[in-house]
Formats: sequence, C-alpha cells, structure tokens
Amino acid sequence: MVKPPQLKVPQARFSFHGGIHPPENKTSTRDRPIKALPLMPRYVLPLHMHIGAPARAVVAVGQRVKKGQVLAQATDFISASIHAPTSGVISAITEHAIPHPGGLGAMAIILDADGRDEAIEPMTPWPDFTAQTPTELRGRLREAGIVGLGGAVFPTAAKLATGSAASVHTLILNGAECEPYITCDDRLMREQPFEIVQGAAIVLHMMGASRCLIGIEDNKPEAIATLAEASRADARFETIAVPTRYPAGGEKQLIKVLTNVEVPRGRRATEYGLLCLNVATVAAIYRAVVLGEPMIDRIVTVTGAGIVQPDNFRVPLGTKISDVIAAAGGYVAGTDRLIMGGPMMGFALHEDDVPVIKATNCLLALRPQDRPAEPAPQPCIRCSLCAEACPADLLPQQLYWYARAKQFDRTVEYHLFDCIECGVCSAVCPSHLPLVDYYRFAKTELWAAERDQSKASLARTRFEFRNERLERIKTEREAALNKKRQNLATNTAAIEARDAPAGATVGTFDDAFGTYQPQPVSAPAAGLDTAALVITDSAVAAARARAKARRAQLDADRAVQAHANIQIDAQEATEEPAKAQAEPSKNNPT
Amino acid sequence: MMTAILVAAGLALAFGLLLGIAAQWFHVEGNPLAEKIDALLPQTQCGQCGFPGCKPYAAAIAEGRADINQCPPGGDATIKNLADLLGVEPKPLNADNGTAKTVPMVAVIDEAVCIGCTKCIQACPVDAILGAAKQMHTVIAAECTGCELCIAPCPVDCIDMVPVAIGIEGFRFPYPQTQRVLLAPPLATPTPTVVDQPANAKLDELTRERIVTHG
Amino acid sequence: MKFPTQTAPLPEAQNSVRRVMLIVLLALMPGTLVAIALLGWGVLINIMLAIAAGLLAEALMLKIRARSVRPAIYDGSVVVLAWIFALCLPNLGPWWLPVFGAIFAVVVAKQLYGGLGFNLFNPAMVGYVVLLISFPEPMTRWGPAIDVGGGALNFMQSLAWSFNGVLPSGVGYDGLSVATPLDHVREQLTAGAPIHNATLSLFNSGHLLQAWNLWLGLAFLAGGLLMLWRGVIRWHIPVAVITGVLVMSGFLWLLDSAKHASPLFHLLTGATIFGAFFVATDPVTASTTPRGRLIFGFGIGVLTVLIRSFGSYPDGVAFAVLLMNLSVPLIDYYTQPKVFGHKQGKLQPNGAGEGGK
Repeated sequence: MVKPPQLKVPQARFSFHGGIHPPENKTSTRDRPIKALPLMPRYVLPLHMHIGAPARAVVAVGQRVKKGQVLAQATDFISASIHAPTSGVISAITEHAIPHPGGLGAMAIILDADGRDEAIEPMTPWPDFTAQTPTELRGRLREAGIVGLGGAVFPTAAKLATGSAASVHTLILNGAECEPYITCDDRLMREQPFEIVQGAAIVLHMMGASRCLIGIEDNKPEAIATLAEASRADARFETIAVPTRYPAGGEKQLIKVLTNVEVPRGRRATEYGLLCLNVATVAAIYRAVVLGEPMIDRIVTVTGAGIVQPDNFRVPLGTKISDVIAAAGGYVAGTDRLIMGGPMMGFALHEDDVPVIKATNCLLALRPQDRPAEPAPQPCIRCSLCAEACPADLLPQQLYWYARAKQFDRTVEYHLFDCIECGVCSAVCPSHLPLVDYYRFAKTELWAAERDQSKASLARTRFEFRNERLERIKTEREAALNKKRQNLATNTAAIEARDAPAGATVGTFDDAFGTYQPQPVSAPAAGLDTAALVITDSAVAAARARAKARRAQLDADRAVQAHANIQIDAQEATEEPAKAQAEPSKNNPT
Repeated sequence: MMTAILVAAGLALAFGLLLGIAAQWFHVEGNPLAEKIDALLPQTQCGQCGFPGCKPYAAAIAEGRADINQCPPGGDATIKNLADLLGVEPKPLNADNGTAKTVPMVAVIDEAVCIGCTKCIQACPVDAILGAAKQMHTVIAAECTGCELCIAPCPVDCIDMVPVAIGIEGFRFPYPQTQRVLLAPPLATPTPTVVDQPANAKLDELTRERIVTHG
Repeated sequence: MKFPTQTAPLPEAQNSVRRVMLIVLLALMPGTLVAIALLGWGVLINIMLAIAAGLLAEALMLKIRARSVRPAIYDGSVVVLAWIFALCLPNLGPWWLPVFGAIFAVVVAKQLYGGLGFNLFNPAMVGYVVLLISFPEPMTRWGPAIDVGGGALNFMQSLAWSFNGVLPSGVGYDGLSVATPLDHVREQLTAGAPIHNATLSLFNSGHLLQAWNLWLGLAFLAGGLLMLWRGVIRWHIPVAVITGVLVMSGFLWLLDSAKHASPLFHLLTGATIFGAFFVATDPVTASTTPRGRLIFGFGIGVLTVLIRSFGSYPDGVAFAVLLMNLSVPLIDYYTQPKVFGHKQGKLQPNGAGEGGK
C-alpha cells in the first residue's frame, strides 16, 4: 500500500454499536483507474430509478433525441427526471426487465443509439453558483435528475428542500464505502477530488451550512490524503478517518461516528442540523450546477472472481449489464451468481439483460468456490450474537421469532422499520438463519396490509356514499338525476386531481424548486400510466378475445336453441294429436 | 350458616349494583363489535355472503345471525382475523358462496362493444364505473374491488375480469424457505408463493444444495 | 445469462452451532478430568451412559417428529447436554440414573417443547431435578476415589457397582460413600448445630477429599475462562451469578454467622462455579439481552443461596436455574435495549420539543 503524504487527519471520535469486519476483497479493483465504456447499441432507461413517484415520459416512440435530453419528467414532489445517455432514436416505451430482487419488470424507455453521441445544449452553466438562490439551485438539481448515489437513490432536490435552509449547520460527505468489494467511491475520491469539494461547496451555499465533514474509512489512505489536500484551502472542510467497520457507511451510523448524534427512524438528519450526502452525489451536483450536465452516468465497480478483468467503469445509465461485463472481459467459467451491489446488501440478479440504473454501484460475479458453503439453517439457539452486532441496537432474534410466526404487529413493537437491512445479523448467526429475508418479508407484508386497509376504507367510504346518494335519489327524482350526473363528474374530477394528472403539471412546486421551464415537448406525451396497477395490453386483448368468443358461443347456442325449440314445437305439434287421442279427456297444451 | 347466606346475597346485590352502574356509565352508542368486524372485512361489497354489503354482514355476525366463513374475497385470512376477534375457532371458507381468489382481479369494459346502457354503473357498489347514458363506460381500475356485480347486468356481455399485475411498488418478498432446494430462476408472480415447508422433508445429501429464496 | 437467485447476503459461515458445542466440550474437560481423579470412574461411566442414552433418545424423538436427524445429532448439542447433566450426578449411583435422567431431559425437556432452541427450561437441570425428587436416596451416593478405608474402585469394579450393585470383596458401601460438604451443612442446620465449626473443619481438615469441591471449582473456572476467551459465552451471566451468590450469602452470614455458611464456602462448594459458567449460560434458556442477563444471573445466585439455607435440598443451583428460566420472557420484555435514535438524553432535534420515541 502506498504511504500517504504526511497530512495529519483526525480520527473519528465516536463509534456505533455492533458491526462486523468482513474480508474487504477490494484489492482487485482499488488501484484500477476509472475507464470509459464504448458506445453500446441499445440503452434501456426505466422510468422508476429512484425513490418516489415514477417519472413521466415526455418523448414519443420514433422521436430522435440527443445526449442529455430529458426523456421523462419528475412528477411528484419526491421524484426525479431521466435523461438520454447518448443520442439516438426512441425505439419503444414498454415493459422491460429491470434489476429487481423479484425479477419483476417495469416501464422503460428503449433508446437505440445512432453512434454519433451528439449532445444537446447544456443547461445554463453557473460557475459562480453563489450568485444563485438556493431555490434556483434546487430547481437545477431537480431538472438534472440528481439522486443520491450511495444506494438510496433519493431525489436530492427533495432532500435538500426539507426543512428551512438556515437550520442545517454541518454537511457530511459519505466517503466511507464500507461494503466489501466496492471501490467506485474510492476511485472517484482519488481521481476527481476537485469536483467533490466544489460540489460540497455548492451544497454548503444552498443550505447555509458552515462546515463540511468528509468521513472516509481508514482502509482508503490515498483517498483520505487526496481529499484532505484538495480541501485544505477551504477552512470549512475537515477530512476525518473513520475506523473500518461495516456498516460505518450507513448514513445514520456515519452521522453517529462523526458527530455522536443518533437520528431516529422517522426523523430527517436535517432536523438535527445535519445533512449527509454521498461523494458521488456531490460530484454530480457540481456537474449539474457548474457545467449544466444532467445525471446520465455513474461509476460502477465490476468485480469478483467470476469476472475476467475486474475494473471500475464510468457507465452511461441504461447500459445493459451484459455489455458492461463484456467490457470487463466477460465471465470466468463456472460463474453462477451475479449480484448488484455488495455481498452484504446487494441482491442477486436473475439475468444480465437488465440495465444499469442509478442505484447500481457494483456488479459482483462469483463462482461457487468463491463464497463459503451455505449450510441449511438450524433452529435459533438464542445466542444473541445478532443483537450484539446490530448497528441499530435492535433485537434481531425477537424480530425473527415474530416474523417467522407472522405476528407482524409484534415485529412493529420491536421496531422492525428501524432495521436498515445491513445483513450483519445474518452474517454472524451460528445457525445460518437468513434473518434479513424474514425482515424484508415482514416489511412488505405490513406495507401490503396497509395498502389493502386504505383501499378497503376507501371502498367502504365510496359504498356508504353511494347508498346515501341512492337514498337522496329516492326522494328527489328529477333534481337527484342531475345531481347524480354531477356527482359522477365530480368524483371523476376528484379522482383525476388525486391521481397524477395526464397533463404535465411539473413546475407546480415553485416554492421549493423555482419556476424553471421544462424543455418543450415536441411530441405528444405517450399518455402512460405508471401507477401501481398496470393492466397490460396483452391482458386486455386476451379479455376482449375471450368476450368475443363467448358472445359468439352464446349466439351459436341461442341459434341452436332456437332451432331446437322449433324442432320441439314441431314435434309437440305432431305428438299432440297422438296424445289427445291417447287421453281424450285431457286437452292440456304442454 | 345464616351469615354465609346473607353475606353471599349481599355480595351478589353489591356486584349487581356495580354492574348496573357500569352498564350506564360505560355505555357505548351503536354496536362497536359490528364496527370492529366491519374493519376486518375487505369492503368488496359484492354480496357473495348473502348480505347486501359488508356492513350488514358484519352486523349479522355481531348478532350471531351469520357465520364467520361466508366471505370469499376475504378468504382464510379474514376468517382467521374474525376468529381471533371473536374468540372462536376458525373454519374453512363456505364453498357455497364462491372460492377465494388467489389473484386480485379488476373489471375491464370492452369499449368496442359497450352500448352505453348504464346498467353496470347502477350495479357497481363503489361507483367505480365512469360513464353516462349513450356515453362510453369505463371502469376506474384503482377503485374496482373485483366484486363482479357488473358482469351480469351487462346486456352485451362486454365486461371481463382481468388479473391485476402488481408492479414493483406492490412487490412482496416471499416467506423465507427453511430447507434446501434448487430453484430455477423464478418468474415474477403477482402474489407471493408461500413456501412455508416444514423442515421435515428429506434432505438430499447427494445433490449440491444451496439455500435460495424465491427472489 | 440467467442465474439462480438469493436475496440474503452472503453469509460468512464461520460460526456454527457445532463449533460452539465443541468449544464447550473442550472447556468441560479440565473439570471432568479433576472429577474423575477425585471421584473415580463412576463419573466417566455416568457421562458415557448419559451421552449414549441422550443420543438415542434424540434420534428416536426426531424420527417420531419427522424431522431430519443428521443435522441435529451432528451439531453436538445433545452431547453437551448429557455431559453437563452427568457431571451433576453422584459418582456411585446406579446405571439407570444417568440413563433415565438423560432420556427424560432430552425427550420431555427438549424435544417435547419443540427441539433445539424452543425449550423453556434447561434440560440438564430438568433431568437432574426429576431424579433428585423421584429417587432421593440414590442421588446421595457420592464418594471419593481415594481410599478412605474402603479402598478405591477401578474401572471394571465401578462398572460392576453401577450395573449390578456388586462391590469387590472387602469393600463396604459405608466406607465408600461420604457426605458432601453441602450435605454436611444441611445436616448441621437440621440438627441446629452452629455452622462455622463445620466450615472451618471442612477446609482445615486433613481430608483431601473435603477439598474436592475447591479443585473442581478451579477446574471449571478454567474451562469457563476458556469459553469466555473464545467468545462462546459472555461475561454477564457468570459474573452475575457469582455476584448474586456472594451478595446473598454475605448478607446472611453477616446477619448470623452461626446459622449460615460463609460466602467463600458457598462460592466454592457444590455446583456454584460449574453452574455459573456452564449451566446458567445455556443460550436457549437464558435471557438474551445484556441487562436481562445480569438480572437472570443475579437471580440464580440469590436463589441458590436461599434454597441452600432455607430449603430442604442441599444444593439449590438446579432449582434456581429452573425458576429463573421461568422468568426469562418477563425479564427479556422489560430489558430491551434502547433502539438507535430513541435513547433518552440524546441530542434533541432543532426546535423540536421531544427527541424521539
């Protein structure tokens, strides 16, 4: 390891509870400089690459776009825009496989590159960003589609809009990168420290904060030295070495380590005067504000013994993961697992035909011999090693018992939603229990139950209102009929106002983000509905086909029945005289 | 002997008085039990239980006129919740009323066939169908509870039930497996497949095993 | 390219139940060897019989419950259970004591509750207590290996005694068996005689065997320290048990030193140290929170002394453990650690009144 230049960097004074020290496995990529990727023929850009409401497409199939052009606009307050990573033609807007633990797909814009890589005019560069107001700067971040690149992909403009600007006094840059194998932030800190420091200065100006702490784990001495040197001129900056322990890079854990403040779940760090951003996010902020470039790429570490040549790449968003792996030399024979993210918090991908999204920080390919054998889970022996290691001070064994028994209200009592899913408990468990799986299961069950509950109460309200309405109709006929039509129209309008409207309503959050002009839409919007319930065209077509077939069958049946009826009548007509003859006293027409 | 009888009688009087006072003081309007039961029902308002809506069914259960296993949209989960609330044994769903659906469904109107007769609008218990006489009708998918009451009245039979595809926002992680199996890459399923297999299945020590969960 | 998937992170798989059990067995070795040296082959016979019976019972029960047998046997938890249980038994007892006790412990106290990880009570202690209550006389057949006028028994003779009740010619049972120090104290208490003479005599007498508890205690302490060092147990429970014993016995001794034995006596006799490090630390039945463990251990220590002083059994560790096992769910519920961010006294959010929870 290179000895860092002699710059005295303070050590972090505080620590968090628990944590483990897994093998770091960073040597294969920590000294590989970031490489660019060649242009690929096709890019897939999911509309929902961030926390919050999905973006709404503002281009149409067949439209020609340029690099950096906005393809989808942010919709809700917490939402982010998507931009073209290169120039080309929109070939489709459809469901496509995306990186997802369940292998689900989502709506995505498919861009066929034309190879020319032409860029549009950047947004107005603001090299003197201090002349801009925080509101304008936030608007720029929103326009540029900046989201947190530490893995949470929370829209940064919304994050910086929380709370009044005056209340944040300390900005924390998260350069910890505690997860094994990942080196993308390490390389960025070593190669582009100026962008990071300038980006941080922009945020300091936006939030009115007075100091910036840069937290870097002490297994990255070069990065510590580089950033300390780059920020030396600005007295507001302080680079602090954090003891290497997973998960020191978790936002709440890093805040605790650097400032001894514990931010509970449900509260933002800004309420405590703190703001924590990943180093890659602030570098992107610099590019957006000073250079006017939207977020169209990110650094990805491609590593693991299953990769022929592990490396760090600057990957345009939407690049197929199979293309990225090919650029790294392809798979080593016998690779059977591809993980997006690190070994602790990542998830395994079903296939590599999925795109790189804003959350993709690492691609980890492994063969069976590169990971410890995974024995079957044994019963929990209540040893509490998990509780000793939990960085959130939870009782994982209790959460496990209750999640296993599906007593979800008890899991909430034991603070299930404080769990950051770091995986430390699963790693130390002597019974090899997949603890995090249980917590994820419990969380999604609780969320689904909440959704069902709100849906049910809405249905109940609508039902009761309908009954009320019918009552009124009974008493006032004429006026009630008009009122009914009026009510139907009002309900529809209310629903439309409640849901995301079909028209473009971006720019309504003027107070937070300023009145910026979104790029003019040259083609009508594709009218997509990216709500949670998606009825695919194929399902509707199938339903129509079935209905048609059923109608045809019904018609045929009716015809057959009619014909049969005629026959029966005829038969009866012939039978009647015979019957009448047999029973002359009875002359009942059947 | 006499004192014992007097004491017992006195106690009985005293407690009876206390109970009477408590009944007055703590009296609650309405039938809170029916409301609690109603809160557990799925609010589909389909009528498959034999009552015109979930509230009447809840009232019937509270009064003992109806059993707890009459609701197909609620399925076994609702029966279990009702059993827990009322302190009775859960029982299997009454198959006479229909079967529980595994996948949530919504109604879809074939617009090419719809004649604008408003019969389905009148039938929908939650006003989920938009339209007017001689105008196009359409089902508001977000409000449709899947009760299927609109299908019968339609004279041109243009309404069909379509399974709802649950997107990434509605994804549910499945219950973790507790035994070793080899899994092929799973396809996305609309509802999580509950794979709570007990650990009593034979382990095959010869095949290479890994713990995998339904991704 | 398609891949099979897993959502949980890669486990490190360095720790395992088997590893934990092997370290516990290693830690039991010093104490076991000292016990064999002081008490004779009966100890080893008891251990072997208990392990055999326990393993058979576990295998049979798992088969009946249609569970997989191999991993449960492989992880060694039954061996540890049987070993600890057998060390509590008198060395001159008959063969059916360890067999019956082990079967009861495994079947009733462990498997019928649901198997490893599900039992409420410490199975070794349940087995011991059942034997103590059902067969009080055989459970008092303690005797040293060293000749006290009756001659020592070799291995074959011990086997013969254990299975057939046959002693070699010239050896009488009365010459073999000896009252344990705690038995002695109990007799004295019942007789109303002052204790301190007895305790003094126990340590100052020429009888080496009277110091057997001291040597045993030291050997088990060594084992306990090994387990602490390897991270198999935590310090909370042993320290709390010992503290509880010292505090309670010290309190009683100060009150009336004639009627109560000294704290040192309580610490070094009977199963105090063995119980503190090996019995009370059973993870399945002990408390799981750090503060809860302190309360749990302290309760065991206090109850042990109380039962020894005021109860009708000479040693109270087993009963104390079982009683505290009962209260573990309650203790766990009220000693939950404060979750990150919900601790009192932490920095308040700007301008907000209440900081968390």
